[in-house]
Amino acid sequence: MKSRLGAFLSALLVAGCGWSGADAATESGGGTIEYWLWDSAQQPGYQKCADAFAQQNPGLSVHISQYGWDVYWSKLTAGFIADTAPDVFTDHLAKFAQFVDLGVLRPLDQLGPTGDINDGDYQEGLAELWKGQDGKRYGSPKDWDTIAMFYNPAALRSAGVDPATLKDLTWNPTDGGTFEKTVAHLTVDVNGVRGDEPGFDKNNISQYGIGSDGSGGGGWGQTQWSNFAGSAGWQVTDKNPWGTRFNLDQPAFQDTLSWYFGLERKGYMPSFAEIGGNNPVGPDKQIQSGLAAMAFDGSWKISTFTGLTDTSGQKLAIGIAPTPIGPTGKRASMFNGLADSVTKLSKQPENAAKWVKFMSGEECQNIIGESGVVFPARPAGTDKAIAFNRDERKLDVTPFTDQVKDKTTFLFPVTSNAADITALLQPRMDAVYIGDAPVSSLTTVNDQLNNLFKVAQ
Amino acid sequence: MEAIKRKDDTRLALMFIAPALVGFLIFMVWPTLRGIYLSFTKFNLLTPPEFNGLDNYVRMVQDPVFWNALKVTIYYVVINIVVQTVLALGIAVMMQRLTRRTWLRGIVLTPYLVSNVVAALIFLWILDYQLGIGNRVIELIGLDRVAFLADGAWVIPTVALINVWRHVGYTALLIFAGLQTIPETLYEAGRTDGASELTMFRRITLPLLRPILALVLIITVVGSFQVFDTVAVTTRGGPVDSSRVLQYYIYDMAFGRFQFGYASAMSVALLVVLIVITFLQYRLTRAEQSDLA
Repeated sequence: MKSRLGAFLSALLVAGCGWSGADAATESGGGTIEYWLWDSAQQPGYQKCADAFAQQNPGLSVHISQYGWDVYWSKLTAGFIADTAPDVFTDHLAKFAQFVDLGVLRPLDQLGPTGDINDGDYQEGLAELWKGQDGKRYGSPKDWDTIAMFYNPAALRSAGVDPATLKDLTWNPTDGGTFEKTVAHLTVDVNGVRGDEPGFDKNNISQYGIGSDGSGGGGWGQTQWSNFAGSAGWQVTDKNPWGTRFNLDQPAFQDTLSWYFGLERKGYMPSFAEIGGNNPVGPDKQIQSGLAAMAFDGSWKISTFTGLTDTSGQKLAIGIAPTPIGPTGKRASMFNGLADSVTKLSKQPENAAKWVKFMSGEECQNIIGESGVVFPARPAGTDKAIAFNRDERKLDVTPFTDQVKDKTTFLFPVTSNAADITALLQPRMDAVYIGDAPVSSLTTVNDQLNNLFKVAQ
Repeated sequence: MEAIKRKDDTRLALMFIAPALVGFLIFMVWPTLRGIYLSFTKFNLLTPPEFNGLDNYVRMVQDPVFWNALKVTIYYVVINIVVQTVLALGIAVMMQRLTRRTWLRGIVLTPYLVSNVVAALIFLWILDYQLGIGNRVIELIGLDRVAFLADGAWVIPTVALINVWRHVGYTALLIFAGLQTIPETLYEAGRTDGASELTMFRRITLPLLRPILALVLIITVVGSFQVFDTVAVTTRGGPVDSSRVLQYYIYDMAFGRFQFGYASAMSVALLVVLIVITFLQYRLTRAEQSDLA
């Protein structure tokens, strides 16, 4: 009896070992580099890069896995814990500091192939963003993005607004300037009355002048209010990257937000509930469905917007205009970029670094540029992307690229404690958008954010 | 002879118990003990835990989001359990008294066969403010559209009712099983005495169903307190904190913010709350005694 029980238990144990053994085998699989990204639109381009990489490096190949944004980060976290993380993954500025703190990224300077990455090869400021507080490089720049205003030319035409005038729009926190006037004029209620006409019913709107991408609590208002706050001369932190004091208590910020969310109170912008709360319908869908005439969004969405169709299945015409000029007399856009990081768990860090180096190199960046989905980090790749949009899509994307050329960008705020910041800020920003809390309540949040760094130090 | 036999039985019994016992120890007892240990540490999963005494518990007592989460969870449980139990009882009695068709009884269970996530997704679409068919119907009736899953006042009732829809059939089936144990002769006697269906329900069905109802309540309340997936799919705790139920807050703290120590402390708090509530329910409903004997 005893031996049978023992046999049973050992069978259990063997079964357990067999399972983990099989798992380990696939993971270290000879010469196959596991690579993860979240944007399905970019996968075909990087597959081309992977094919070229495999051709030039006999014995090595790249296996690409794509997961949606939300799943991506939880899967990655779980992967770090369960030792199933990929060799290389697409990293985001809002996340990488946390991973550095957790000690799961390998410094690229210490790996042969990526040891000689040159900051000067990329658009100005991009490469520096990926250095940790320890001065080591944790990401190799692959692309960059800015913000602009997408619009539906048909909606502008029926309102008698000339698209050419959009680039001269100005805004200020007092009366909203010509930007607010245009947005009001583009807003139409269910009776066909425009937002700047008498008898306008702000509670029953059929088309909003400007769409909404939520409260912006999760990414410093990147596609919501960041361009306004930036063109009012405001910065999120005392210094960037690695700021430790926050500026959410400053009047420049709170005035901007009062005005921005005021657009919703006036009926010019959809409410939190109307866009679907925490499961929001994106700006692209808002323009497609006719809910909004214009909407701010990032350059990574160009191919999404140009792929939209109307109700009859015809391709929807789309235009792009730059962000409006603010109180500082300049326009502004957040400047953000993605990079590739090598994980500490990788069993083949040198091979992984080779692939990272390849993706940030001339050849792959040109392939990406020609696929027209994002702007590659290298200037030559960026030019290829501009040309692709001009020739293939008949689309002028200079509202995005001019921000870089004219140096009107500001960098995405890079800080540690990013997960805690989002957890504190998101609900509070939502409350302001909904109207449950005044903008001044963000002063309390600012104290909480500052305390976060006191505790951590 | 008999002594030997008994000895053999013990071994055999151990053999049969072993798989369950091993599973219980590995997957229940050990994680619970480890969770309690982790609640006294600062732990981010990737670096070794550091003992920090009662820090997590002190923080929990001072954390307004935690207390709000507890309040929101209780609000959810009350709506969910009251509506679900009343409906389930009604359905069970109808299954017992009005129909004997198996397929009709089977249909009641179908929502339970749909996974929580799928059910939540379907309702997310039905109740969508812009495109949902639910809001279309409301508009056709002549009422204003409702942002069921994006309006702070509506989210918890909505999520609670989505879960009622999914679980009511299963709960009804459990109660139905209890109804089957009530001897038909009692109803015959009742009819002979000229009692109406309603009187029989109040005087015969309810009292004799008490032990089963108690069991059903204990199971469903414990399950209800652990609501997570529906919230994760439909509202992610929002708007603001109006649907940030305890389990979702714990999950976000652990896997979103890497604070496993604090998340463990809140899990222990939930465990204590559930133990107390279960104990009270058990005592108040006298679940261990039946009036049928």
